Amino acid sequence: MNMLLRTSPLRRVLLTALAALLVLIASQVLDPFRNFQFATIAAYLCATAGLTVLTGLNGQLSLGHGALMASGAYSVALIQDAFGGRRLAAGWILVVTLLGALAVGVAAGAVIGLAAARLQGPHLAGLTLGVAVIVPSLATTFDALFGGEQGLPVQAAQPPLALGATFPYERWQVWLAWTITLPTILLLTNLVHSRLGRDMRAVRDHEVAASLSGIDVARTRVVTFTVSAGCAALGGALLAVLTQVASPGSYPLTLSVFLLMAVVIGGLDSLTGAIWGALLLVALPDLAQSVTGLFSFPPGEAQRWEGNLPTAAFGLMLITVMAVAPTGVSGLQRRVVRAAADRWRARRPNPGAETP
Amino acid sequence: MLLERFVFLTLDGLARGTAYAAFALALVLIWRAARVVNFAQGAMAVACVYVAHSVTAATGSYWAGFGAAVASGLVLGAAVDFCVMRLAAGTASHLNSVIIALGLVLIIQAVLGIAYGNEYLPTPAPFDRTAITVGEFVLLSPFDLFVIGTVAAAVAALAWLFGRTPVGLRMRAGAFAPEVSRLLGVNVGGMLTLGWALAAGLGAIAGMLVVPTELALHPHAMDLVFVASFTAAVIGGLDSPPGVVVGGLAVGLTLSYVSGYLGGDLSPLATLLLLLAVLLVRPEGLITRAKVRRV
Amino acid sequence: MLTVRRVSAAAAAALILVGTAACGADGSGGSAAVPGVTDTEVVVGTHTPLTGPAAAGYSTIAPATRAYFDYVNAQGGVHGRKITYKIKDDGYNPANTQQVVRQLVLQDRVFAILNGLGTPTHTSVLDFLNSNRVPDLFPASGTRNWDQPTKYPNTFAFQPDYVVEGKVLGAHIKSQYQGQKVCFLGQEDDFGRDGLAGLEKVLGAVAVKRTYVTSNTNVEPQISSFKQEGCQVVVLATIPGFTARSLSVAKQLSFTPSFLVFNTGGDYQTLAKQLGADAKLTEGLVGLNYLPLYTETADPWIQLFTKVNKEYNGGAPLDGNAIFGMSIGYLFVQELLAAGRDLTRESLIKAVERGGYQGPGLAPLRHSPTDHSGYGGERFTRVTNGVQAYFGPTYQTDEADAPVTEYDTPRAAPPANGIPQAG
Repeated sequence: MNMLLRTSPLRRVLLTALAALLVLIASQVLDPFRNFQFATIAAYLCATAGLTVLTGLNGQLSLGHGALMASGAYSVALIQDAFGGRRLAAGWILVVTLLGALAVGVAAGAVIGLAAARLQGPHLAGLTLGVAVIVPSLATTFDALFGGEQGLPVQAAQPPLALGATFPYERWQVWLAWTITLPTILLLTNLVHSRLGRDMRAVRDHEVAASLSGIDVARTRVVTFTVSAGCAALGGALLAVLTQVASPGSYPLTLSVFLLMAVVIGGLDSLTGAIWGALLLVALPDLAQSVTGLFSFPPGEAQRWEGNLPTAAFGLMLITVMAVAPTGVSGLQRRVVRAAADRWRARRPNPGAETP
Repeated sequence: MLLERFVFLTLDGLARGTAYAAFALALVLIWRAARVVNFAQGAMAVACVYVAHSVTAATGSYWAGFGAAVASGLVLGAAVDFCVMRLAAGTASHLNSVIIALGLVLIIQAVLGIAYGNEYLPTPAPFDRTAITVGEFVLLSPFDLFVIGTVAAAVAALAWLFGRTPVGLRMRAGAFAPEVSRLLGVNVGGMLTLGWALAAGLGAIAGMLVVPTELALHPHAMDLVFVASFTAAVIGGLDSPPGVVVGGLAVGLTLSYVSGYLGGDLSPLATLLLLLAVLLVRPEGLITRAKVRRV
Repeated sequence: MLTVRRVSAAAAAALILVGTAACGADGSGGSAAVPGVTDTEVVVGTHTPLTGPAAAGYSTIAPATRAYFDYVNAQGGVHGRKITYKIKDDGYNPANTQQVVRQLVLQDRVFAILNGLGTPTHTSVLDFLNSNRVPDLFPASGTRNWDQPTKYPNTFAFQPDYVVEGKVLGAHIKSQYQGQKVCFLGQEDDFGRDGLAGLEKVLGAVAVKRTYVTSNTNVEPQISSFKQEGCQVVVLATIPGFTARSLSVAKQLSFTPSFLVFNTGGDYQTLAKQLGADAKLTEGLVGLNYLPLYTETADPWIQLFTKVNKEYNGGAPLDGNAIFGMSIGYLFVQELLAAGRDLTRESLIKAVERGGYQGPGLAPLRHSPTDHSGYGGERFTRVTNGVQAYFGPTYQTDEADAPVTEYDTPRAAPPANGIPQAG
């Protein structure tokens, strides 16, 4: 009974609704800057969730998800431009641009996925690394279309007038972003538990065995890449709407690398890890900066330390997490929860007696 | 006029390609020994070039600096394997070692920034960089010849080490059949550390050769070189040293021709297309071993 | 395996984390009336690359500005208020700029953003800053984006824009290098594009145009094509790294044209440091500037900046970046003073628009309610025996069709204590 509830789709929907409620509460409590950060977490979560499905569940390594995010961001800017820059408050334009970004990401994912389907680990890393390098540089190569280094402006999504004229803009950003992200995550969790999800894991664990049991290995890999790329593009599209710009400098190779770091640190084996990853992406630079704020440096030295110390701390943290919790934060979380549950059960006088 | 330009672009591309090849070869050494793509290779090489900078500044001798770079490369490589990479040894996922390497990149670049500042530092070349011209033809400079000669010597030395010496045999055995080798008394862990040391030493040499052709010495000086060299390594087939040399030269030539004939902004696109073309025809890279070892 | 319970657990944990962080940040607001202003303090922020590849060129600017503010603070500040300058690292990544500028404005509640660095980075926050009515003074770059008074009423430029520079260079080439074949190497963005547009406005079409991208450090193909085309004058709209690289490559190819370089890429100390033993390659290099040069040791402005640098900047080298940073600081203090004791964002903007401030700059500062562009002219420099020095008159022009003319209003000396005086 318990097992049935745990994996039933109804339960997933209920929990998504609970998460939505939490988002709603958080958006009331947080100050405007934290709300903005909270909204960007939603954008990055689309990308990290997509990458977790690809790398964690299907075993395909991608160093190019930053570039796929960029494809979504530019799609938003270009489609908006095609609509003549009309206000996004006309909600349907927002929907159309996001769907357009999703479609572009899916198409890009299908193309890369087809090329990638035959490749193994480092070769796939090399190809996607190439994509991560090339996409931002396309913006300068074809600057008439993509606006060069400055990128393209994106119209802000204004809160609907029904919410009142003084509705905090950043709170609206949180609502908007999580309205897109939560259903996406729900769909992904359903996908993970579907037949396709089982195929993905089978392909990851043993290609030959998967193939013998009738799974079309190449098709599964291409489909996974497509889904994953669509999520990344959606994340990029959200980020463009939140930050009102699509520019190449926002999606450098470093972002692709950081996305990978985030999902591995978060934990690759479940979508929980993707949540941790998105949280880390947004919160860590900020935390690291505050750590440096604790020190004071002599004026001549300060400029050397101020940027570099957080970077070093971040690097050290990456290595430490990998050493202490090789399965990432979600793995650690699971261990802690399990240990706590065991202790709690052990304290009860009569363990097992109440099990139905 | 056209021929002169072609000759110039070809030689320029080959000179750069040689340095990429050397750096890519260092990646291959670690891949063969540990099945890890060392994403920290660029940052480690830059650290060695900074050591050379300090030693040269203190002694006034370029060659003392060069020696110090190679020595620090050997030490750094061994230290990275021994102190850091072993952390990932017990885990199932190769991704963990990738993440550790990336963490290392952040630490090394930040420490260099703190120690030396973020500014550009000069990188002297030991030989004249003025190209020799014959008639209308602009050929290579003495420095280019030094680059090509050094890389050739390093490759020959490695080939000799792996092919003709007992240590080389043990290293290969340790990499390809660790359990059996251990039974036969090979110190597998030691061989792995030695592999890392050699690769980082070669990376340091490549850094000394390539940084003078980049803008200047700064903590990120090898970022772009790493991307080009990793591409070269993948094109060549990660397991094959000759393939990687071919890959390095191919990337160098592509970058030079495209910048020269079509415009600098198209060169990254051209590299990706080259990679894509090679991988579509040969998914394992240009040269692969008869039997691919699945991990 | 995934269970939804864990997803929601993590989501809840995330919320708690963010929430506690939010609570910790409260209470740093200050006076409710004007953000960032109290009776004793005014808080100003900036974004600049302290890490990443772009840090190499720019990370010394903001500390120099802060050093000047510290100097002013030590003598009592402005209207009794000490200036606090918050420097945030954005690594030259617009996504980070978005984050840190929002943090500065929404959380740290800065009064103004001063000298945010970079075209792509700062362009991405123009909408945010202007819709929040935050004074956005003197972003560092010569793009024309900053000069849009109707769209961005709170944004003001400082540097001469690249079109002005190109026009001044063009006029100089027209008169001094008559009949020579002129070629152009520019960065593939608005720096290269606007620079070339200004140049060609005066000079007509140049013979050979080439571009480079910062992601490809090999400029040998471009420079060798100049050689083969027989260029006699090469104009470089390049950042310092690529200026130095171009000079080295020309030497390697035994190519010796006259080099002229835009202000951005022409600071002798920066180039010499990068070139090391090859610093002599800059001999004869013609550049442009509008602020005092570090070599002018008799100049009262340089004496002031040297003193500030020694006492408040840890004795960092006084290069073009440091002089730029302190000049920004000086102008800001002038305008803060002019805005009066009852400091508001509106009174500061009014003070900026009033214009007419005499500072270390050689050319006229063009700020007015309808013109938000920066300095309107420059003077030529040349490197002789390893010393970069001014020659000839200062020129002025605009980004449109005004001719390039001489500007001969002499520059004022700084006040004795190095701090702007009221009135």
